[in-house]
Amino acid sequence: MDIDLFVQYGPILLCGLLNTVLCWIVGAAGGVALGFVIAVAMYYGPRPLRYVLRGYIEVIRGTPFLIQLFILYYGGPNIGLRLDPVPAGILGLIIYGSPYYAEIFRAGLQAVPRGMIEAGRAMAMSEGTILRRITLPILMVSSVPPLTNFSIILTKETAILSIVTVPELLYQVQTMSAETFAYMEAMFALALFYWGFVEVISWAGRKLELKTNAFLSKELSA
Amino acid sequence: MTSENASSVEITALGKYYNSFHALKNINLSIPAGKVTCLIGPSGSGKSTLLRCINFLEEYQEGAVEIDGQVIGLESVGGRKMSARRLREMRRSIGMVFQQFNLWPHMTAQQNVAEALVQVQGLSKAEAARKAAAALQKVGLGDKTESFPNRLSGGQQQRVAIARAVAMEPKLMLFDEPTSALDPELVGEVLTVIKDLASEGMTMVIVTHEMGFAAHVADQVAFLEAGELVSCAPPAEIFRNPSDARIKAFLETYHARNQF
Ligand SMILES: Nc1ncnc2c1ncn2[C@@H]1O[C@H](COP(=O)(O)OP(=O)(O)OP(=O)(O)O)[C@@H](O)[C@H]1O
Ligand SMILES: [Mg+2]
Repeated sequence: MDIDLFVQYGPILLCGLLNTVLCWIVGAAGGVALGFVIAVAMYYGPRPLRYVLRGYIEVIRGTPFLIQLFILYYGGPNIGLRLDPVPAGILGLIIYGSPYYAEIFRAGLQAVPRGMIEAGRAMAMSEGTILRRITLPILMVSSVPPLTNFSIILTKETAILSIVTVPELLYQVQTMSAETFAYMEAMFALALFYWGFVEVISWAGRKLELKTNAFLSKELSA
Repeated sequence: MTSENASSVEITALGKYYNSFHALKNINLSIPAGKVTCLIGPSGSGKSTLLRCINFLEEYQEGAVEIDGQVIGLESVGGRKMSARRLREMRRSIGMVFQQFNLWPHMTAQQNVAEALVQVQGLSKAEAARKAAAALQKVGLGDKTESFPNRLSGGQQQRVAIARAVAMEPKLMLFDEPTSALDPELVGEVLTVIKDLASEGMTMVIVTHEMGFAAHVADQVAFLEAGELVSCAPPAEIFRNPSDARIKAFLETYHARNQF
């Protein structure tokens, strides 16, 4: 194993890591936001809207991210959607993640005990107040573990952004190995980077879970 | 007690369906202001359903529930549904306590009590907090204001739930089996709190399986079976001298079960 290689390619690799982290953060945050809107719309919205959103979820979940990204980046210009690699990659991650996040929130909404909403109604709260002050906080708490879980899965999907030439980690590592023929080192470094990244996220997720668990009633945390 | 701080409830020809299932059949019941009415009857007889019709948590299809002469949930008897805003206005003077407590798990005891004071009554946070602390003090939980529900015993949770309802200064309190989810040794503390409330003169409707408590605290006892109101009479009459064979049978099963 050639350590000098990593010193030499350090800046490029670091740049790749930063791009990966950036795409992941914006992609995951956007996916969570879009998924949340979809879930709330499916829960409270009219029936036709629910069918449309259900269709969206099924199509996106049923197709590989690779193909979605291809269509978005290379097919986008046909409908006037011309995006640079990084914005295209981020938008792709948002679209790809949104149905999974939507399903997490939908299940969470259904799991909010009916009695807690009825308590709000009996206390003369409006439906809006109940949503804002009761339903959503309970939903957020119960959703932390599955949100962390899918966000971890999403870190590894960022590698696919290399096919639309986003200079993220895999892309840079491929550049390095193409120039130096050090394939083993490159792949080893790559695995190490992702692993470290995932560990940081799951550590943060556990912290958040611990914080929210203090509020959880027994039946919710079960 | 005057009707200024206690409501009267008039239930006339009330009919309630769950789809095709006829859950309440032609219920006629007067609940006088300032009095305690206990609802008893076998499981599935419609006690909860009737109680939940009183604050329109359940919609009804026939007849009406009137609170101080105003139909709840509908614009008029047999009319269209009333607006959400009007329904909320009527609910502001009706408190409810549930079998499963239904405290909000992400709020402390004090926040649970203060929430509607801020969101519904528009009190300032400080004022609501003060009022919530006082309400908790009154149910013997002055030292638990900062506890989350999952750190409280069932009896304590139910007392927080009672404080939450009472802090709104309702003119009518509805209790749905407030002690049924509690371990036997915790039943007493909750019943004591309810008994104290009864002596303050607000109107109370209590669904209960605690016959001793009903006999002691009720001004009238209503017996339901299979969606029908079989009888409504003073407790002495219902418990000592039941006119109807169905009540007799119910009480016999109750006593037999409590002999073990
Ligand atoms: N949401 C619902 N949908 C359909 N049927 C219902 C619903 N809620 C209650 N019922 C039925 O209505 C009848 C009355 O139910 P209710 O809960 O009022 O009984 P209850 O007297 O409170 O019984 P318990 O003592 O067990 O609490 C029962 O037969 C029940 O199965
Ligand atoms: Mg019941």
